[in-house]
Amino acid sequence: MSLFADAFAWLFDAANWAGPNGIPIRTLEHLLYTLVTLVAAGVVGVTLGLYIGHTGKLRGAAVIVTGSLRALPTLGLLFLFALWLGIGLTPVIIVLAILAVPPLLAGTYSGIEAIERSTVDAARAMGMTEWQILAKVEIPLAMPLIVSGLRSAALQVIATATIAAYLPLGGLGRFVFDNLSLRRWDAVIGGAIVVTVLALIVDGLFALLERSVVSRGVRAARSRDGSAAQPARKSVAADAA
Amino acid sequence: MGTARRMAGLGIALTAALALSACGSADTISGSGDESEGGSSTIKVGSAGFAESEIIAEIYAQALEAQGVTVERTMQIGQRDVYISALEDGSIDLIPDYSGNLLQYYDDGADATSSEDVYDALTEAVPDGFEVLDQAEAEDKDSYNVTKEFSEEHGVTSLADLADVDEKLVVGGNPELKERPYGPTGLTDVYGVPADNIGFTPINDSGGPLTVEALANGDVNVADLFTTSPAIAENGFVTLDDPENLILPQNVVPLISSDAATDDVIETLNAVSAELTTEELIDMNARNQGEEKASPATIAKDWLSGTGLV
Amino acid sequence: MSWVFANVEQIWELTLTHIGLSIPPIVLGFLLSVPLGWVAHRYAVSRSILLTVSGLLYTIPSLSLFLVLPAILGTTQLDPVNVIVAMTIYAIALMVRSAADGFGSVEPSVRQSATAIGYSEWGRFWAVELPLAGPVLVAGMRVVSASTVSLISVGSLIGVSSLGYLFIDGLNRQFTVEILTGIVATIIIAVIFDLALVGLGRLLMPWTRSSAKAQRRRAAARVEVAA
Repeated sequence: MSLFADAFAWLFDAANWAGPNGIPIRTLEHLLYTLVTLVAAGVVGVTLGLYIGHTGKLRGAAVIVTGSLRALPTLGLLFLFALWLGIGLTPVIIVLAILAVPPLLAGTYSGIEAIERSTVDAARAMGMTEWQILAKVEIPLAMPLIVSGLRSAALQVIATATIAAYLPLGGLGRFVFDNLSLRRWDAVIGGAIVVTVLALIVDGLFALLERSVVSRGVRAARSRDGSAAQPARKSVAADAA
Repeated sequence: MGTARRMAGLGIALTAALALSACGSADTISGSGDESEGGSSTIKVGSAGFAESEIIAEIYAQALEAQGVTVERTMQIGQRDVYISALEDGSIDLIPDYSGNLLQYYDDGADATSSEDVYDALTEAVPDGFEVLDQAEAEDKDSYNVTKEFSEEHGVTSLADLADVDEKLVVGGNPELKERPYGPTGLTDVYGVPADNIGFTPINDSGGPLTVEALANGDVNVADLFTTSPAIAENGFVTLDDPENLILPQNVVPLISSDAATDDVIETLNAVSAELTTEELIDMNARNQGEEKASPATIAKDWLSGTGLV
Repeated sequence: MSWVFANVEQIWELTLTHIGLSIPPIVLGFLLSVPLGWVAHRYAVSRSILLTVSGLLYTIPSLSLFLVLPAILGTTQLDPVNVIVAMTIYAIALMVRSAADGFGSVEPSVRQSATAIGYSEWGRFWAVELPLAGPVLVAGMRVVSASTVSLISVGSLIGVSSLGYLFIDGLNRQFTVEILTGIVATIIIAVIFDLALVGLGRLLMPWTRSSAKAQRRRAAARVEVAA
């Protein structure tokens, strides 16, 4: 596996850490694209997900839409939007957001759906308005699954944001694309390793975030009666792990 | 990370073992690897990852088929480094290439400048087991282009003028251009453009629409485009003269593995090269990329019947 | 549109190649993920390792994987096996978690009952756990199928032809109709595969047809989030 040895030698070569084409700058660019995408996809996905989860309407449509979004070939979309909108960040963000919407949407509406109906009914009986129910009951309780959806979306976007280099922006994809045609495998694999490490770190941060967003009330109930809260917790843990 | 990679390696090995056992079916579907009917009468024709290369490859393929040779096509493989390795590992037998760039790929110290010298040097430089057949008159070169505005503003019409441009130069082209002798380093060595005044933006579409747009919208101010590209005229770009012959002549030439180069094959391909001209290349590219959107197969068929070769 | 009619033969051929490249990774991904998922479900220690590693596999940029695989597998540069292996790796990355969740969705009491009436661990797996995990497995495979069908096209960048050819050629020629044709054809394949998986699920698990609709829906939603 001298391929990987070469890749690690490339990774630890100080020359690859300096300047505008250095690993730190490329990583920051990569994270920036990811962040912009998640914000854009979050506005669409979470808003729609809250609507679907709260009202129960359009659920069938949402399943179909998320399914077909997933089948859209990223490469084709990228080229299509590049021809329509020109090179630059916009087509990249649109294509990445299309990847990020399905998990965000599904996470949000299934997070709300997983809430016991009696809990929501109780809130309504207490005189809460629909907006209050959404803001004070449903969103806090659905938060772990929303964050879980965000986490899946983030991983997918980090893995795919390499395509930005095609249009021809920065990001970690530069290492992959620029060195492919030169057959410099050390940099190609080294760049891929940086992407994977970045994903690992972001994933870890989201795991912590997921734990911290469990609503206080739920946490208290859990410590009193572990078994009752077990099923809900388990499904979150499954997505988180 | 070590563990993760080891696990990944394990997964890959495991998958590989299973996938290999399934490759029989995959091969059947993709139509490759039928060694049984192969022998010397099957030729695997490939093309580089841009349209013109596919058109020429298609001409080779149809001309060979007309001689009763069985042809397998693998079009749009990628850039030179990738398709040469495909040629070396036997995935393809034949691919159209361009004389000067191919010479510099094999021998980056080559100092030939005329079309004939380049071709002669190339026949020497091609490694054992491979050969180039006759070159065509048809030529498609890399060329450095600027916008009309840039040309007028800085009084630039030749690569020699670039040394005096006070604005930072940003060259757009395929990633490998950066490493080629005719790339930014060549501009410095041959035309004295200060190295710290040349930036480089890699764009992976072989002088395609992304490169064209990058030049048009100012992301780069010098772009490497092919001389047969219809986009140069369409956008009113100024192709910079190259008085020192930094960019070598680029005649179309078939690169073939010696095993596949039987007398019939050589004769057929040489007959094609004898007919192919630069004007025809431009016309064929225009049919392919312009309004008509004709397929490479159709264009090749029309050209071959037009020349009477088929 | 006239371009589509004029080139219908080529489009059809590329579609068939695309399908041919998609099926092996989907099938292999399933066959490899089920045992891995079961191990992840069965042994707590292996769970976090397997799920983390499989998650990371998904972050390997596909283009680098395609190009590095020949060096690892000893295949040639243009061998479709490279793409099939890469896609299988991604399928495993997506599917191991679903499989682990699927086995996790089997009630412990059901497992205990099966053991109590005399099933060996092996017998219990086939007769009880696998069928009950079925709905979640099908939901996971639907995600795997869609993502495989859409990702195969990247192989065209390295000369392994598929509908992705239409994207590259379309970009070269600034021809949106050609790119759109490739996208639509890809979606049609994905939809047909999806219907086939759902149909297969109903055929093999007749008990899910009428009952447990809500449970299946919830299972599916969970997989959607995870993917």
